[in-house]
Amino acid sequence: MAERSFAKEVEKLRLGNGDTFRGEGILAITKALLENGVGYVGGYQGAPISHLMDVFADAEDLLSELGVRFEASASEATAAAMLAASVHYPIRGAVSFKSTVGTNVASDALANLASGGVTGGALIIVGEDYGEGSSIMQERSHPFAQKSQIWLLDPRPNLPSIVDAVGHGFALSEASNTPVMLEVRIRACHVHGHFDTKDNVPPSFTVRDALENPKRKTDRIVLPPASYLHEKEKVEQRLPAAIDYIQEHKLNEHFGPDQGDIGIIMQGGMYNNVMRALQRMGLADLYGDSKVPLYVMNVTYPLVPDEVVDFCADKKAVLMVEEGHPACLEEAVAALLFKHKIKTDLSGKGVLPLAGELTGQVMLDGLRSFITTHAPHLVKDQDRAPNEPQLRPQPELDDTVPARPPGFCTGCPERPIFAATKLVEEELGPHHISSDIGCHLFSIMPPFEIGGTTMGYGLGPASSSALNAKGARRSISFVGDGGFWHNGLTSSIGNASFNNHDGVTVIVDNYYSAATGGQDILSSRANNKSRNTNNPIAKAVKGMGVKWVREIDNTYDVVKMRETLKEALTTDETGPKVIVASSECMLNRQRRERPLKAKAIAEGQTITQPKFGVDEDICTGDHACMRLSGCPSLTVKKLDDPLRDDPVAYIDQSCVGCGNCGEVADAAILCPSFYKAERIHNPGTAHKIWRTLSSSFMSWLQARRDRKSLRFEA
Amino acid sequence: MAQDQIIKLAILAVGGQGGGVLTNWIVDLAEQNGWVAQSTAVAGVAQRTGATIYYVEMAPQQEKRPIFSLAPSVGDVDILIAAELMEVGRAIQRGFVSPNRTCLIGSSHRLHAVSEKINPGDGRAEDQVIFDAAHKSAQSVLLHNYDRLAIQNGSYISASLFGALAASEALPFTPTQFEAILELSGRAAARSIAAFKAALKAEPLTAPELSEQTSTAAKAQGPQKLMAQWDALQQRIAQLPNECQDMALAGLKKSIEFQDVAYGEHYLTTLERFARKVPAKHPDILTELAKHLANAMAYDDLIRVADLKTRRQRLTRIESEVQLQSADGLKLTEYFHPRAEEICGLMPPKLGRWFEDSPKRFAWLDRRVNKGRRIRSNGFWGFSTLYLLGGLKWWRKHTLRDQIERDHCAAWLAEIERHLADHPDLALELIKCRRLIKGYSDTHHRSLSKFARIFEHLPLVANLPDAADWVRRWRDAALMDENGDALDGAIKTVEIALKGPPDA
Repeated sequence: MAERSFAKEVEKLRLGNGDTFRGEGILAITKALLENGVGYVGGYQGAPISHLMDVFADAEDLLSELGVRFEASASEATAAAMLAASVHYPIRGAVSFKSTVGTNVASDALANLASGGVTGGALIIVGEDYGEGSSIMQERSHPFAQKSQIWLLDPRPNLPSIVDAVGHGFALSEASNTPVMLEVRIRACHVHGHFDTKDNVPPSFTVRDALENPKRKTDRIVLPPASYLHEKEKVEQRLPAAIDYIQEHKLNEHFGPDQGDIGIIMQGGMYNNVMRALQRMGLADLYGDSKVPLYVMNVTYPLVPDEVVDFCADKKAVLMVEEGHPACLEEAVAALLFKHKIKTDLSGKGVLPLAGELTGQVMLDGLRSFITTHAPHLVKDQDRAPNEPQLRPQPELDDTVPARPPGFCTGCPERPIFAATKLVEEELGPHHISSDIGCHLFSIMPPFEIGGTTMGYGLGPASSSALNAKGARRSISFVGDGGFWHNGLTSSIGNASFNNHDGVTVIVDNYYSAATGGQDILSSRANNKSRNTNNPIAKAVKGMGVKWVREIDNTYDVVKMRETLKEALTTDETGPKVIVASSECMLNRQRRERPLKAKAIAEGQTITQPKFGVDEDICTGDHACMRLSGCPSLTVKKLDDPLRDDPVAYIDQSCVGCGNCGEVADAAILCPSFYKAERIHNPGTAHKIWRTLSSSFMSWLQARRDRKSLRFEA
Repeated sequence: MAQDQIIKLAILAVGGQGGGVLTNWIVDLAEQNGWVAQSTAVAGVAQRTGATIYYVEMAPQQEKRPIFSLAPSVGDVDILIAAELMEVGRAIQRGFVSPNRTCLIGSSHRLHAVSEKINPGDGRAEDQVIFDAAHKSAQSVLLHNYDRLAIQNGSYISASLFGALAASEALPFTPTQFEAILELSGRAAARSIAAFKAALKAEPLTAPELSEQTSTAAKAQGPQKLMAQWDALQQRIAQLPNECQDMALAGLKKSIEFQDVAYGEHYLTTLERFARKVPAKHPDILTELAKHLANAMAYDDLIRVADLKTRRQRLTRIESEVQLQSADGLKLTEYFHPRAEEICGLMPPKLGRWFEDSPKRFAWLDRRVNKGRRIRSNGFWGFSTLYLLGGLKWWRKHTLRDQIERDHCAAWLAEIERHLADHPDLALELIKCRRLIKGYSDTHHRSLSKFARIFEHLPLVANLPDAADWVRRWRDAALMDENGDALDGAIKTVEIALKGPPDA
């Protein structure tokens, strides 16, 4: 994998009995899988679970020693379908992806899997990308678990609890013949902590064993009449079995006193935040000793009715702490209390906000309000009537601090594609533009502001499919190489080809699944020893029946990009027009090339290092170049010159010399301020002679002119 | 109370700044010195140049494991480190800085956001606002340009911020303990430690650093005859009102550099003419005129660009910018894209107009010149070409472009003069409108059109008592976007206010 090497992390996977693992939550899960005899692992990268995929991809040797099969799945649907290996065979399998987006893609396979049920433990590790820093729509994975009847674990966010949940997840799955979803929130995935490790356990039944001893049972396949039986089996056999397991192994936890007027029920994932709020109110200490009874649901589906009823029955009021919308747990608890005729007052949404992340302050406010209402004697005066300074409005800050959304990196090869698109729109007028998922979605932000919708991974061109009318202005759709292979080839390109859609599709090929951390995909240019790469996108596109295909192998050529796009928008040819625009992700390229270059320079090889610059006397400070770039290294600088009111353009030291600004200045005919300065390390003799001669020549001419004019020293 | 034994530290950074590295060092520091620590980050797209946040909690090691929170809370942060000045502001905005407890450490350097850069005028946020807010909001404040300290030591900002954290004494660890962590940090350890030590010693800033104003006392060099003329011009500047002398000197230099001493004298004569007419109460009018007249007279034509690109100082500047060593080679490439307009501008007015007046002839010329040209400006051929072009100053006053610029400037000065006596405020605002004119080719054209729109609509407001205010508002609006949409809106506002809505 290109973005970084995980060799150090792979070593952590080899820790055994008596060792301590130190690291991120998601890597702890990776280790826990091996400790629990997992037989195969798959998944699709995406924050916050990318590292799980990356580490496994780098752990090829260890996995083959243990006899564990690992696949970097083509999509989440592929990953979920992979769990079919646990339907008939007693193999433990785990797959992982970003949720809810990945769960959406996987749901077809998940529903089929859950219907027939499993023999070997099947674990679906979902990285819940919710709240601050999330890049996706704000939804919950919970309803997926409910609708397909997949058990949902939501462990307390510390490494030992998460690791335990992996072991119990497999066992629960096997005890109830049901797949289990392990939900880990974004911060828990990236939390740094410790746990005591155990030896890795090779799978007792491997995929090889399965292949050599194939099995089938018709009643596990989703087709009538078996499918009707599955539904009954789910509620009559698998649910009770699961509840038994959860109770017997005490997966849900109680903290604080046995009795009390009030109690708090929470998802396991909310535990640390609830504890912090209680600490701040003086109702708990730093080590979790609470004055309020707490019931922590490390399993949020199914509920254990007896546990819920017992916890609530002797209390006057109970608060359900549940993050996100809809309030699945609160409604389920309310139904239980109603059915059992329990008069306990249930609070939840209302005291806590209906939607949004339960951040520290939100939790504190919610708990304070709940406890003040129902157990005022527990509340200190200062909490009942907080006297602490509220967040003062700071209008001058609000007017000053600029928003800083994510954007293209320095030297990103996608920037010139959108600069070209902006230039085309200036010339041919605005077009309907559909975006996709990936780094290229940053095009919707200033300075480009290109793209109207994003409908899902690989679905950019598909989302333009209605917008086709003979002779009308054509739609433009973007899709990345990641999205293209994930789903785009069939759902977008195949669809456009089959339906003779006239729209233009730009496939942004940066050689990796870049937004998720630079993983290799089918068209990656790297030679990956365990994966099949170097499969050209254009070949696949042509294979889908597309006739008009153009390949641009240097996206920084803005003029060519612009002309190709114009041709695609204006050609008489019917059917889809596909432009494959390829240049390597600069982040990955720098990671790959920088150490090599440094080494070559040290060894005395001739290496050219480009950097761009702006002549500050020539720049007039109109910033037109920045409206076509947004590159972090192209920025503004205030000159010392009292004659200049506005700052001029300036290229800082982070410039990687990609050439975009010079190309844009040329293509858009902006200004002559840009120059490229190539520093040549260890130049050859010919160049040295040339440089000496040309320097003397220039100096002679310069001195000649200086002698005749008035010059000012700065 | 147990609460007190916990230290909560948040780091706000811009994606790509290495906030994760700093976080790991802090965790290591705590864990190696008898504390337990937990860190969290929100990795993901925010790391692609967006604002991002890291969070660390630590407590002394005990029998029982503490329960740490995974995210910072409003009003509940002990140490806040922001790796950029506006992120300092964001931290305060988000409530992570409290006057009764937070030690605020921030780097005063700027990474400008896209919204600050794309403004056609000056869209940069004001540093002073953040300095004021920092001192109002935190218990203690350490602001310094930690980015520069890192770069000066060949390292990254994570190292200098680690030094600032040691300097703040907000953690119960000694600088030696801090340094021990860096020693384990691999190959770049020596440079990290150098940056760390520089930050440890750095004196905090109390106000934004001002860019050093180079002294306008110009040291001139040249042949005797020109030097004598220069001395005479300097004498004349000394006769101008005190307030505007510095600006006039800068303007004089610019016009001489643009053309020659005679052109400088012409500049000064114009200024003197106005000096006699400007009401004594308004010396700022003359200062602003000194500035904008110089800019108007030193317009950006091909000759000026070529001249500047072949100067000795320019080469020296570039060599230092790319850190060129004497053994290295250097290749310079210029990105030129001349159009027929620029070529016509170099022709005598009649010939130039002959081309411009006929679309056919103009297109014929455009086909021949309009293309991107990469010029190797430190090669024999490229340098000679630019050098010859830059030497065409003698021809400049015979060009179409010069005639256009002269007429434009004269019309502008006439309009200013018209209002100078009765409406000096308005005259001042009209002078400042010159700021709108900038850029090359289409950008230049658009900026000219915004300038023209203001002067066209001047009669609408010229007789109003608050005419100056209107012109100022129009100018501010014109600087907000490239095409002047905001300006059109502002003009419409006046039209409606004066005449009522169009259909009323």
